[in-house]
Amino acid sequence: MSKRIDAVDLNVYYGNFRAVEGVNINIEPRSVTAFIGPSGCGKTTFLRTINRMHEVLPGARAEGRLLLDGEDIYDPGVDPVTVRTMVGMVFQRPNPFPTMSIRDNILAGYKLNGTRMSKSTADGIVEKSLRGANLWNEVKDRLDKPGSGLSGGQQQRLCIARSIAVEPDVILMDEPCSALDPISTLAIEDLINELKDNYTVVIVTHNMQQAARVADKTAFFNIAGTGKPGKLIEYDDTSVIFNNPSNKQTEDYVSGRFG
Amino acid sequence: MTISNDTAAPQRTSVPGGKKKNSLTAGQKPGWTWIAVLAGALVVAAGITALLGGGSFSWVGWLVIAAVLYVLGMYLATRVIENSRRATDGLWRNLVWAAFLLALIPLISVLWTVAANGLPTLLETPQLLWRDMQGVTGSDDIATQTEGAPLAGGFLHGLVGTLMITLLATIISVPIGLLTSIYLVEYGRGGWFSRAIVFFVDVMTGIPSIVAGLFAFAAVQLVITTFIGDGPRQLQMVKMGLSAAIALSVLMIPVVVRSTEEMLRVVPNELREASYALGVRKWRTIFKVVLPTAMSGIASGVTLSIARVTGETAPILVTAGYIATTNWNPFDGWMTALPVYIYRQLINPTAPAAADPSAERAWAAALVLIVIVMLLNLIARIVAKAFAPKKTGR
Repeated sequence: MSKRIDAVDLNVYYGNFRAVEGVNINIEPRSVTAFIGPSGCGKTTFLRTINRMHEVLPGARAEGRLLLDGEDIYDPGVDPVTVRTMVGMVFQRPNPFPTMSIRDNILAGYKLNGTRMSKSTADGIVEKSLRGANLWNEVKDRLDKPGSGLSGGQQQRLCIARSIAVEPDVILMDEPCSALDPISTLAIEDLINELKDNYTVVIVTHNMQQAARVADKTAFFNIAGTGKPGKLIEYDDTSVIFNNPSNKQTEDYVSGRFG
Repeated sequence: MTISNDTAAPQRTSVPGGKKKNSLTAGQKPGWTWIAVLAGALVVAAGITALLGGGSFSWVGWLVIAAVLYVLGMYLATRVIENSRRATDGLWRNLVWAAFLLALIPLISVLWTVAANGLPTLLETPQLLWRDMQGVTGSDDIATQTEGAPLAGGFLHGLVGTLMITLLATIISVPIGLLTSIYLVEYGRGGWFSRAIVFFVDVMTGIPSIVAGLFAFAAVQLVITTFIGDGPRQLQMVKMGLSAAIALSVLMIPVVVRSTEEMLRVVPNELREASYALGVRKWRTIFKVVLPTAMSGIASGVTLSIARVTGETAPILVTAGYIATTNWNPFDGWMTALPVYIYRQLINPTAPAAADPSAERAWAAALVLIVIVMLLNLIARIVAKAFAPKKTGR
């Protein structure tokens, strides 16, 4: 479980447009790393290159090296599907499968791939994942009800449970709380704190307080202007980024003087 | 208020000017205006119709004139009592209603005519449903028309033909149509090839059904002469249920492709990404996430396309012919479909001298055909409901 992530001179393109330029970053295992920055600065784009979800979009590609425990996931011949089983992802809007019950949503990673398992194994996975996502007590009596019947915050925790059910090494979260109320956000943030005992967690957020609350390290992305590629400006311990940033742009952004 | 009332119910706070006329509702026409205008329109229209018609009184003319007078009368009344803005509003509302009723007239008229002509025959001789025309001759029909003998024959062969041909056409079209739309939505990504497919599918939706019939006939003939032989016996084989099914699939595939494509496009991309992010391969994502999510729409689209081709006449007449006996085998021998049966019974009555029994059979068959199409539509709705993603458990 839990792998380190190293990006080496990573450029990300949409067709001919370079969206993210020359990212070099080292993310430790069993840590929470937050990506912050203004809209359009490429933080989500970079996040999606970590599990090769980026190339699902037509014309999108990445150049450079991205190492997962020293192994380049962009090596020719690497199957993106294998990468995605190791690197799970939680999206901005909760997206449980509407045709499936809560239980089937948790088991989706196995069932969709046609994996056969005994009922007791499946029950074990469901309970472990839901407990891991702090959702077990709320849904244990209605596992056969549709997942879309839960509240937004519960749905998002269901999605987190669904991604930890397949036991990935890394969990990516793309603004997981932006569609949620403060109480649900608190539940998710508590969960992120627990998840880092076992997983490498990378989270994109627009909420700087959230980055300050949950992240061990924070990376600040910025763009020079529209049509220019996004860049990693500064990457350091969260306390350094928020209290004593070395770059002027970072300081302007975290102090609210920006834009 | 009396004291006894006060104890029974808490005292109402008195509204200032409770009984007085509300200034907000002042200047409105009274609620019975439309009844008065309608009654006036009916009376005046009756007079006009009687004058114009001379001796005879036309009910249709009366209703049409009354409707026009009512719309005009309401406009003028509102304009005089209230203002021109409300009058225009009311005028348009009445015109929209009139258009709706006009659109409804042919529909109800067709249903009524078919039911009125077909239902008595069907109730009197339900044997029509399980008898075919084998051994029925002109003398039977003459006996029915002149001596009141029971109606001979039936249209079991038509029911069987329609069932087998439509079933076969569905088996051919649904996989092709489904996979084509999956290609268009999931793989084509708007490239030149998928744009070409969309263009030709649109062209296919517009081709006349007789052309589809001739195409299927020519195609099957080509295959048979190339691979089996071109003797008279082999050429005879061309006319069979399968040829008709191919003709119907030419008509069905574009409908299935277009409806399924729409359904697949509305499946949120988030669900595909959620599935990819779990390490699920693309084809499994399509078959286990995208298709189930879109299943209700796809199923109703397929059922509607079946309903659409069930009523086709010309392509089946060209490709499957017309026989009097029941043939269950769509791969060998001619078959009769219900619409072809109706057409033949009306155009070429079994007894040219006594056409009424043939017409009665045709009306009964038409009623059964309409009932089948309505049932298919009903099934489409039920299927759509059954497959729809469960929305809430809250």
